[in-house]
Amino acid sequence: MNQIKREIVVIGSGPAGLCAAIEAARSGAQVLLIDENAKPGGQLFKQIHKFFGSADHRAGVRGLDIGEALLKDAEELKIEVWLNSEACGIFDSTNVWVVRDKQHSITVQAQRIIIATGAVENSINFPGWTLPGVMGAGAAQTMINVNRVLPGHRFLMVGSGNVGVIVSYQLLQAGAAVVAIVEAAPTLGGYGVHTAKVRRAGVPFYTSHTVKEAHGNGHVERATLVRLDEKWKEVAGSEFEVEVDTICIATGLTPAVELAFGSGCMAVNSPALGGLVPVHDETMRSSNTAIYVAGDVSGVEEASTAMEEGRIAGLCAAHSLGYLGQGAYEARLGVLTRNVNALRSGMFGQKRREAKEYIVSSYGAHR
Amino acid sequence: MSSTESREKRLKVDGAVQISELHQTAEYILPDERFTKPVAVIECIESIPCNPCETACPVNAIVIGDDITTLPKIDPTICTGCALCVAACPGLAIYLKQQHWGPSLSYIAFPYEYLPLPQKGAEVTMANRWGEAVCSGTVIKVIKSSRFDRTAIIHASYDSAFYEEVVTMVRL
Amino acid sequence: MNRIVDHPILGPLSEAEVVHIIVDGVPFTARKGEMIASALIANGKSTFRKTVKRNEPRGIYCGIGRCTDCVMTVNGIPNVRTCVTAVEEGMVIETQMGSGEWQ
Repeated sequence: MNQIKREIVVIGSGPAGLCAAIEAARSGAQVLLIDENAKPGGQLFKQIHKFFGSADHRAGVRGLDIGEALLKDAEELKIEVWLNSEACGIFDSTNVWVVRDKQHSITVQAQRIIIATGAVENSINFPGWTLPGVMGAGAAQTMINVNRVLPGHRFLMVGSGNVGVIVSYQLLQAGAAVVAIVEAAPTLGGYGVHTAKVRRAGVPFYTSHTVKEAHGNGHVERATLVRLDEKWKEVAGSEFEVEVDTICIATGLTPAVELAFGSGCMAVNSPALGGLVPVHDETMRSSNTAIYVAGDVSGVEEASTAMEEGRIAGLCAAHSLGYLGQGAYEARLGVLTRNVNALRSGMFGQKRREAKEYIVSSYGAHR
Repeated sequence: MSSTESREKRLKVDGAVQISELHQTAEYILPDERFTKPVAVIECIESIPCNPCETACPVNAIVIGDDITTLPKIDPTICTGCALCVAACPGLAIYLKQQHWGPSLSYIAFPYEYLPLPQKGAEVTMANRWGEAVCSGTVIKVIKSSRFDRTAIIHASYDSAFYEEVVTMVRL
Repeated sequence: MNRIVDHPILGPLSEAEVVHIIVDGVPFTARKGEMIASALIANGKSTFRKTVKRNEPRGIYCGIGRCTDCVMTVNGIPNVRTCVTAVEEGMVIETQMGSGEWQ
């Protein structure tokens, strides 16, 4: 069996993984960054909008440009990056089994592992949901912003969280029409500034509505929408049809926890952050003290938070191997903790902050 | 649906903020007839963690402070109308306005990230917060600057009877 | 064609080397480096496979290699995830019937 050794192995090169690798390398550790895709960056390069936050979070900069800057940092730090490389499992606590280019099997003996595998879009099912033309909002976003192809021309967006409204805006920018955005809850989920952007472009919102059925011969041609009452039950007779060729589902994400749980990391349920997540402390260390987690896999938030969590995981993993003096470590951790807390403040951040506090408070019980 | 009353507090239902909702926030400051040049107007009424407008302002006319979820407040008497905040706002929630720019004409400079861009001098249809056509407008200039990072800023004049209602133009 | 040739943020579509692929016997052109799914959507094809029992059409769903709804038979290999597999010159791609067969 082909075996090599590395100090820190980071799995996933999205915003969290990239930042974890950069922070760990800056702290002096030897880092190997692994990603199954042909290009690094995860979902960052389809984020073509300007990010929120403060200057510490590179606010006002478009996601794809933040991605370029991070890749440059990684290159300058000479971080070893394996693309087209799938981390298929973690064995004996710290051995990562990797298949490279779908052909070569190799085991990397790591001293620390940082799992940053992200999240997967949720689905909802309704008659017709399997028709070509029904897809995740993130899939449509990848098609328009990364692949530069329009998977449809008249869209229905299901879900009004930030993903739903941002992707709707980007569909308009790509030249498509967004016929409606439906939201099952009585109020819209996304930031008001995002909903205002698409509303003033003429896109109507339907709160307390959902998609009841997709129709079409071999492809979506129409959708039936229906109103929901206070108990989220369909109101008979309230159905109406919209002519759309594509239905995007933006109903949240679920942490991609397979690798973490397969490696034996203990779980904690965090409904506000997408369901079961690996329990971790404030340094992003999991119940397996050699494994750290960061980004959406540790609880679904957004890219800016993922980047800060990645930096915390990278810093703390490196420090646990003896890198950085105690003073420098504590100072840096203080800055990063302040940065991540700033993103969890305000009316939209409170729930996420409480959920994270619960995960961290559960850590002791799982050790 | 189109009456003002039915749109009270409708941001979280319609997606667009009501003028009456704006009037309830101290941070929404619409420059009145005394202003002799366009200045920034901020429609940011939810506490989200964000402060690029404050950072972008070269004359410190916008204040948020250490807690980045504080709503931005502008001092329009300091604002120079440079539009850096208009482009910096990730929410595209800032525009410049002047009530009396010309005879019966108001002035707006708003962010625009669609193609095609309108031409200077073109007649366009101005729109309200719901994307509804309000009145015609004339494009004064279209600014694309590297400092605005691919967000174009459209300057236009329009009937001052619709001074507060107009926030953008109908897409071409 | 469903290509986005100009974009307010991303700018005009860059020049790319043309790659020739065969899809169900029909020649398609694709851009070097792009995923098979993207090339098919650009050429207006949205049905990628038919299901095992009911012969129902399926297309892309997640776009990131997770859901396996977009699998096709590529160069005789069934169940290739087209959203995460790049096009190659001369690639032969077929709408996959059921669970597919090695050819």
